[in-house]
Amino acid sequence: MSSPTGGGTFLGLPAVPSRPPYGTGNLRGDRAFPEAAREELGNDQLRRNLAKATRTIRGKRLAVTAELPDWEQLREAGAAIKTDTMNRLPELLEQLERKVTEHGGTVHWARDGVEANEIVTRLVQESGSDEVIKVKSMATQEIGLNEHLESRGITAHETDLAELIVQLAGDRPSHILVPAIHRNREEIRDIFRAGIPGVDPGLDAVPAHLAAAARAHLRKKFMTVPVAVSGANFGIAETGTLSVVESEGNGRMCLTLPRTLITVMGIEKVLPRYRDLEVFLQLLPRSSTGERMNPYTSMWTGVTPGDGPQEFHLVLLDNGRTAALADRIGREALNCIRCSACLNVCPVYERTGGHSYGSTYPGPIGAVLTPQLAGMDAAKNDPNSSLPYASSLCGACFDACPVKIDIPSLLVELRHQHTERSGTTAEKLVMRAAAAVMRRPALFTAAQRVTAAPGRLVAGRDEVVSRLPPPFDGWTDSRDLPAPPRQTFRSWLASEEGAATLREAAEEGRRDREGRAAGREDDDEEAR
Amino acid sequence: MTSTARETVLGRIRDALALAGPGEVTVERAYRTGRTLPGRERLELLTGRLVDYRAGVRTCTADRTAEAIAEALRERGARRVGVPAGLDPAWLAAFDGEVRQDSADVPAPSLDALDGVVTASAVTCAETGTIFLDGSPDQGRRALSLVPDLHVCVVDLSSVVAGVPEAVARLVPERPTTLISGPSATSDIELERVEGVHGPRTLEVIVRTDA
Amino acid sequence: MRIGLFATCLGDTLFPDAVKATAVLLARLGHEVVFPPEQTCCGQMHVNTGYQREPVPLVRNFAEQFGDPSLDAVVMPSGSCAGSVRHQHEIVAARYGDAALRARVAAVKAKTYELSELLVDVLGVTDVGAYFPHRVTYHPTCHSLRMLRVGDKPLRLLRAVEAIDLAELPEADTCCGFGGTFALKNAGTSAAMLRDKTDAVRSTGADVCTAGDSSCLMHIGGGLSRIEAGTRTLHLAQILASTRTAPHPLPQPEATR
Repeated sequence: MSSPTGGGTFLGLPAVPSRPPYGTGNLRGDRAFPEAAREELGNDQLRRNLAKATRTIRGKRLAVTAELPDWEQLREAGAAIKTDTMNRLPELLEQLERKVTEHGGTVHWARDGVEANEIVTRLVQESGSDEVIKVKSMATQEIGLNEHLESRGITAHETDLAELIVQLAGDRPSHILVPAIHRNREEIRDIFRAGIPGVDPGLDAVPAHLAAAARAHLRKKFMTVPVAVSGANFGIAETGTLSVVESEGNGRMCLTLPRTLITVMGIEKVLPRYRDLEVFLQLLPRSSTGERMNPYTSMWTGVTPGDGPQEFHLVLLDNGRTAALADRIGREALNCIRCSACLNVCPVYERTGGHSYGSTYPGPIGAVLTPQLAGMDAAKNDPNSSLPYASSLCGACFDACPVKIDIPSLLVELRHQHTERSGTTAEKLVMRAAAAVMRRPALFTAAQRVTAAPGRLVAGRDEVVSRLPPPFDGWTDSRDLPAPPRQTFRSWLASEEGAATLREAAEEGRRDREGRAAGREDDDEEAR
Repeated sequence: MTSTARETVLGRIRDALALAGPGEVTVERAYRTGRTLPGRERLELLTGRLVDYRAGVRTCTADRTAEAIAEALRERGARRVGVPAGLDPAWLAAFDGEVRQDSADVPAPSLDALDGVVTASAVTCAETGTIFLDGSPDQGRRALSLVPDLHVCVVDLSSVVAGVPEAVARLVPERPTTLISGPSATSDIELERVEGVHGPRTLEVIVRTDA
Repeated sequence: MRIGLFATCLGDTLFPDAVKATAVLLARLGHEVVFPPEQTCCGQMHVNTGYQREPVPLVRNFAEQFGDPSLDAVVMPSGSCAGSVRHQHEIVAARYGDAALRARVAAVKAKTYELSELLVDVLGVTDVGAYFPHRVTYHPTCHSLRMLRVGDKPLRLLRAVEAIDLAELPEADTCCGFGGTFALKNAGTSAAMLRDKTDAVRSTGADVCTAGDSSCLMHIGGGLSRIEAGTRTLHLAQILASTRTAPHPLPQPEATR
């Protein structure tokens, strides 16, 4: 049962909150993961860049997390604060709203991305500007704000260097932290030459020169555009303080120079107390860039007369977050602080890149967060249903996560939810049949016998199976399989040979131990 | 419309929590808090971190503040320097260039004409090499320490604390606060670090060891 | 000690030598090895592929077969199956089982060990008297490393093996790309991961790549065989069961077997 507004208590019965409308925003690709990955796997440049990037950041992260003797306690506290936050979300959001309002800000609520886009558009229009400057923000990327603004005749200038590269190239970010990691310097030089008005046509591919070109281009925007749009890393309920963590200073520019600041924040980004920053300002930079602290962090509370934007709007965004919250197990993904450590340790991400996930949120966290925000069975063959399977369940992400999100368990849970909703599929029939055989030992041993003979036949004399029919051909495309052995373990154990072998082993062990004991006695004698 | 959205979102959250129940949790803060370090160790730690960030560091005693500031500005070739209204004028006494006092009605773009800015600071975290500015009269509005290309920042050793929790405990939440850990930087192009993108490309820190 | 041996469906059917070695090793160390005859499969493949109703009978069967209080411990030569018993059975039982099953699952979980854990933690032995005069590299499987946290126990066991030439595997803790049905559903990505793993194995110049899980070894071995690398795979138990009097012969590389 759901109310006409798509959620909310109706007739006193709690309803599962609704997700953003299908086809809106950037939380769903146009094809399933394996298909998208196939293309990316063929891109050697991408794989080299990714391998280098993830390896470098991995090493730095390990070094700076290892130097804190209380790293594990910080992770524990971070996880606990986040869980506590989710438990008390309504009161904390109301408190945040009250505090921001008290300090001269205006708070808006958005049920989904469509509504958030409309709110931001209206606010920009009211300011009289047809341009905005933007700080890198996952939330506005998620809801497709730039595209929406453009459709209303408003130009959004991304000011983070990587986001600028991605925007000028008409591209999509491929990593949370380094969105243009799939581009090399020569490509970036070409993108700048083509996309920055008045840029030196002789611009070379030296990173410092490219950064200087971006600085010159964006400085004009910082000084003249009267409206900025940002995301938020944290919003403190106790004080109404918002925070943005960054490196380049473009964030400070956007948060300080314009007349109007509009911040779009997912409702799960709220933290209860100002003091909680002492935990997250340690967890985030060390996990994210592998630095002890990022170059710049800005914290502001509403409006400060004579300092910074004199008009401040905070847009609190649901867009599927409440649907995720309604899942007792899956809600843990809402604890994510967007550090991207899980991407950098993920062997799947390292090889397929961010675009394969089809969502603003790639990598292991994306594989659990995206289906929960946008749904994964919202249409037939929903591409998001392939995301929970885009993992070997190796668990490296869980170890790296600063707030201890058990991503492998969440993946297994989402797989379960998917199969439960999928009706009867060929795979389910196979799984049922396999379970039916394996629950009955007699059937199981019979099955062992009947598969062994053909298996050995397929393998032939070299005892190697190198070609299997679908759906197993994926295996034999690049791996062999040994032929089934002549005898299973249980038949060996039941055989005279098996019994004799174990008897001899026990006997041999006893002789060894006695020999050693005797040797020790001899040694003892000698010692005396 | 907006009030409807507010009620809907809050209603959804309550529904979600009713459906799935709250998570079991107690928040324990077993990490290090309230740490203290002798002054010499704080100075050593901080200096190491700032050098690591490729910021300039020099130390002086309080009575040599003006000379240290003048020296830092001279080395960087700064001729026209902005200062917040509440900065002790004596600090610029040894500087022979032009000093412009900032005020809220100076448009931010005109700050671009300054060669540098001199400010004090609120608190500093040694372990991470992070300087906190909080908009107090001797630190000025945020635009002042952002737009010029050189930032000379005076840090009193007495305001340097060991770790992040100790620093956060000293802040006033309502003040606009900026955390600075070295000059701005980017690694967005093939992960090659480039220092100085949008903020001041040069950070000079003067630690006053007896203040 | 009376030790229940779970062969695992894969070990029983495709890799019996690893299970034999486990049994021989424990017998040699003076323990009674009990093989509950009705055992089949732990259901890991089902759970990891998203099926939790279907393996309920498997979870129940496992708990019944190994719940016998006269068994002091239950061991299996597989980190991932031990992980399944210790972490997944209770999830399945909580969701689709009754109170009796939940109780049984909890009881058997408490005494379930992967081989290296049993040897080092429970039996308190690192030198099992093994002899293996070959160059060996060890791949720590993901579930033993990050689900069970076996740490360096397998390496401590290997270091104590007489005459062994142990070569460190570069990027050892990176997944080999197996992941059960992942290797079929995302075959291309899995193969790319495997390629990096086999490259790392080859770079060690080892004769043998070993691990505590036959499934990962099947994957790595399948890759090594396909590229005719000349490196064989052997389960950790097979190296530990090799002695001076009964040395394990160096097997032919898969491709030339």
